Amino acid sequence: MSAEAQPAAALRVEDLRVAFDTRDGLVQAVDGISYSVAPGRTLGIVGESGSGKTVAAMTAMGLTRGARTRVSGRVLLDGEDLLAASPARLQALRGDAIAMVFQDPLSALHPLLRVGHQIEEAVRAHGSEVSRAAGRARAVELLELVAIPNAAQRIDAYPHELSGGMRQRAMIAMALANNPRVLIADEPTTALDVTVQAQILALLRRLRDALGMAMVLITHDLGVVAETADEVAVMYAGRIVEHAPAAELFASPQHPYTWGLLRSVPRLDAPVGAELVPIPGRPPSLIDPPSGCRFHPRCAYVRDRHRMVDPALESLAGVPSHRVACLLPETERRAIWAGLTSGAAASPVVAPESPSSGPAAGPASAERPA
Amino acid sequence: MTAVAPPLAAVEQLVKRFPLTRGVLVRRRLGDVPAVDGVTLEVREGESLGIVGETGSGKSTLARMLLNLLEPTSGVVRYRGENVTHARGDALAKLRRKRQMVFQDPAGSLNPRKTVGAAIADPFSIHGLLLERAARARRVSELLELVGLEAALANRYPHELSGGMRQRVGIARAIALGPELLVADEPVSALDVSIQAQILTLLRELRRELGLTLVLIAHDLAVVRHVCDRVAVMHEGKLVEVAPVEELYRAPRENYTRELLAAVPRIPGLAPGAAPAGPQSSPPSSSSST
Repeated sequence: MSAEAQPAAALRVEDLRVAFDTRDGLVQAVDGISYSVAPGRTLGIVGESGSGKTVAAMTAMGLTRGARTRVSGRVLLDGEDLLAASPARLQALRGDAIAMVFQDPLSALHPLLRVGHQIEEAVRAHGSEVSRAAGRARAVELLELVAIPNAAQRIDAYPHELSGGMRQRAMIAMALANNPRVLIADEPTTALDVTVQAQILALLRRLRDALGMAMVLITHDLGVVAETADEVAVMYAGRIVEHAPAAELFASPQHPYTWGLLRSVPRLDAPVGAELVPIPGRPPSLIDPPSGCRFHPRCAYVRDRHRMVDPALESLAGVPSHRVACLLPETERRAIWAGLTSGAAASPVVAPESPSSGPAAGPASAERPA
Repeated sequence: MTAVAPPLAAVEQLVKRFPLTRGVLVRRRLGDVPAVDGVTLEVREGESLGIVGETGSGKSTLARMLLNLLEPTSGVVRYRGENVTHARGDALAKLRRKRQMVFQDPAGSLNPRKTVGAAIADPFSIHGLLLERAARARRVSELLELVGLEAALANRYPHELSGGMRQRVGIARAIALGPELLVADEPVSALDVSIQAQILTLLRELRRELGLTLVLIAHDLAVVRHVCDRVAVMHEGKLVEVAPVEELYRAPRENYTRELLAAVPRIPGLAPGAAPAGPQSSPPSSSSST
């Protein structure tokens, strides 16, 4: 159809918008995002809680359908629009061609059923011909694939008998049951220790390469996507505000929000005792988002014009693959980031005009009595 | 740097075993799991000590025993040199005022049916302090402002707050009685990175302003690096390595410490905020702007 730009994309999202009709008003959770992921590639989607990153993924999976949800745009899985698919067709595709791994494996697994049984269910749900024995053999194979030791025994374990990391591996095994072409992993390591996180990320990379899956990795932590994603999209208030190849994004981040995320991450290569620089305030209300640039109430570099003009996501001059939605001139952005990383310009004091949305938790020092 | 400071708190050869049982109706005791296995550690007055380890390393169990929230199987807990291992009654109540804890899950540690103000005022009721209503309300407002929240939040309920705000309330409650020692058990691991930075910065500032001694428990060596002077690494109930922060990261002595360091994701590109606003252990700079 119209997907001529990158015919190779396994998953292609076009101008996706999702709104929820609530008692308090219409919440525009996702406000026109587009991206595509090719087989064997990973897109990292990064943003804070409430940025819309999970809603966008759930909508792609058809998990937000309901009377109070308004969805528009297209989600093309190998060219087929999932948003237009019938419930039966969606049911057939979900867990088969496209699968999802959730943040909290303990609440995503049934506590009273053995892990193997749950994986068998996933296998048999999409292959009516699969016998019990074959289903069980496949479950063992899947547990081995995700590197669970003693898979033949662990298959009879209950979820509570496994550690958090092992449970997440079991969830991944379940998602892989039918060799999906697209895997969406929503904060797959957030509840885990750093050591286990490193193992799970390595596992996802290995599986992606071995199975040639297109992967969407959703997280609030730029550190998580740093070693795993080929491309990164940064979401804020329902939109993508910066999108670039991962190496380009980390080498030359352009959006003040991306800077904020980068400066929030504790890292080992900063000088000992270096201050983390939190982003002041909180993500805005999506019922009544700020005028102009949605990030302006929290932005240290805001100008009057930015309160009125809503920036579009546009390519950098000379770097078409790097797009950013920011009204600051590119030369100025580059100069600011150079200053922030040289250490010479110690943090320009962030003084947001009082956070717009109610009792926002500003930086601790903002409201501090002397 | 602060080697001369006397230990504020200490544990000696501390052991905690949990019974391992099997069966639902008839519980059979199969043996013991040593959660903490012979740990000796000092917390120096005014310092910020990180205790780092994976889930199950015994770091939280150690912290609980340090604050007499859990009885050790054997070993000694000291506070200002005094053996407080078996403190009871009034003596324990006095200790509680001086040593407070911030928990990982701010939602689970706040009573959903109590307003924020009531939650913060709880410690006063428990210890029979500030009995006059107006004085108590004033102190609650002060505490809210101290942790970067608006005083008006006192009338809200926990579910109306974001995770970061709830953690601020947990901290306000912990510092309500003016403790000397604050133990924060994974205070940021349930929060978004951007909010983590806010809470870590808050802890750092409170330490400076209130002269607190801080014990920060974490599974992530990168988090501790920004806040602590010294780091203790735990593995399977034992202390693996204790070192000043710059030393531990520059030249870790133990393999396990190296493994933990290797697990921290590397972020390409230049580290932002390269210059610290001031040496971490410097005295409070009166008008620090960050």
